[in-house]
Amino acid sequence: MPEPVTEQTIRVEINGEVYEQEVEARKLLVHFIRDVVDLTGTHVGCDTGNCGACTVLMDGKTVKSCMLLAIQADGSKITTVEGLAGTDGELSPLQKAFSASHALQCGYCTPGMLLSATYLLEQNSHPTDEEIRRGIQGNICRCTGYVNIVEAIKSAAEGSM
Amino acid sequence: MLLRQVEYVRPETVDEAVRLLASREDARALAGGQSLVNVMKTRVAAPELVVDLNRVAELREISTGANGELEIGAMVTYDELIRSDAVQTARPIFAEVAATIADVQVRNRGTVGGNLCVNDPTNHLPPLCATTGATMTIRALASERTVSSDEFFQGVYLTAVTPGEMLTRVTVPALQSGEGDGWASVTLGKEGTGIVNVAATVRDGQARIAIGCVSAVPIVVEAEADEVSVRKAVVDANLDPPNDVHASADYRRHLAQVLAWRAVSQALGEA
Repeated sequence: MPEPVTEQTIRVEINGEVYEQEVEARKLLVHFIRDVVDLTGTHVGCDTGNCGACTVLMDGKTVKSCMLLAIQADGSKITTVEGLAGTDGELSPLQKAFSASHALQCGYCTPGMLLSATYLLEQNSHPTDEEIRRGIQGNICRCTGYVNIVEAIKSAAEGSM
Repeated sequence: MLLRQVEYVRPETVDEAVRLLASREDARALAGGQSLVNVMKTRVAAPELVVDLNRVAELREISTGANGELEIGAMVTYDELIRSDAVQTARPIFAEVAATIADVQVRNRGTVGGNLCVNDPTNHLPPLCATTGATMTIRALASERTVSSDEFFQGVYLTAVTPGEMLTRVTVPALQSGEGDGWASVTLGKEGTGIVNVAATVRDGQARIAIGCVSAVPIVVEAEADEVSVRKAVVDANLDPPNDVHASADYRRHLAQVLAWRAVSQALGEA
């Protein structure tokens, strides 16, 4: 039977790179990503699970990384906003569309929005406006009114046709 | 947020999990974490030991029993429920309602067992379990028992699962011919938290209705499946709902009647 621990070495693949680190059981995944791995693109917004700024892809599914313990991510593959661009730094079609459609103002929600939108388009390559709005329901933006974000996701989807 | 110091363990079987849960007075099961991790941040909950159930494979299965009933493992996520062919065949209302819980990320992590065991009065699945005749199987160290939803839901954040025990599965009878399910709610924002949630199941002209968000546990009423009878049954239940910034108690009482009839209408349409 496994023994309870207060800290443990975890092995996590983030954006294709493997990290092996000892973490405290109480450390949230978002803090591991930001403070230990030093990938600060993943933001802490509300820290209550509502705003979605901390969204990452874990084993292919979007999760809010403030509602997971880092220790739970042991053995998983994670993609953060830093992993969306190509290795040459070329932005993904969605990132380009966000830029072209002015889908951000302050940018705080943008990393989470991009990951939710990436996941949405993986599941549904040609979403309707309604499906896009449902797809980003877990991501709150206080600047844009969402119109340009929906536009950007739509144009990225059309570009992939 | 920095959580209070906590011990963590990740069992792989139900036997291990229940032994670990029974090993400490202050051990808590960690399911999807979409409620527990947040209350640990505020330190409203500060368990000594969290028992992470995410890698207990036998809790993640959805299967169909001999009579077509659904056996839903406690660690099945909302997203898995929505995508399940077995659910679509046996009791599609569960997928329909799960698709309106919170948002994509929460549906990717949040679980059926978590929803039921938290038993927040605004949660979606308790009323649905109450009308569909679902039963819950609870494992203790050396025994297992199966309880009805009437016994399972005991109070706000309180269920029949006591310390040292765990919910392992929910059994939902398959929809019979001549039977239909419905769901109606008024929420804070589209698909937000319920102000009033109502589930209904109609069989042979009789409606079983469960009203959520108005009391500590779902309020179950039965009536003939016509508008006058349904509204009267809700009035006769003498609801005493909360009065808060989102809705007055009077408005919640009004909504309970309106939504009960909407849910029954949907159930009739499908019956």
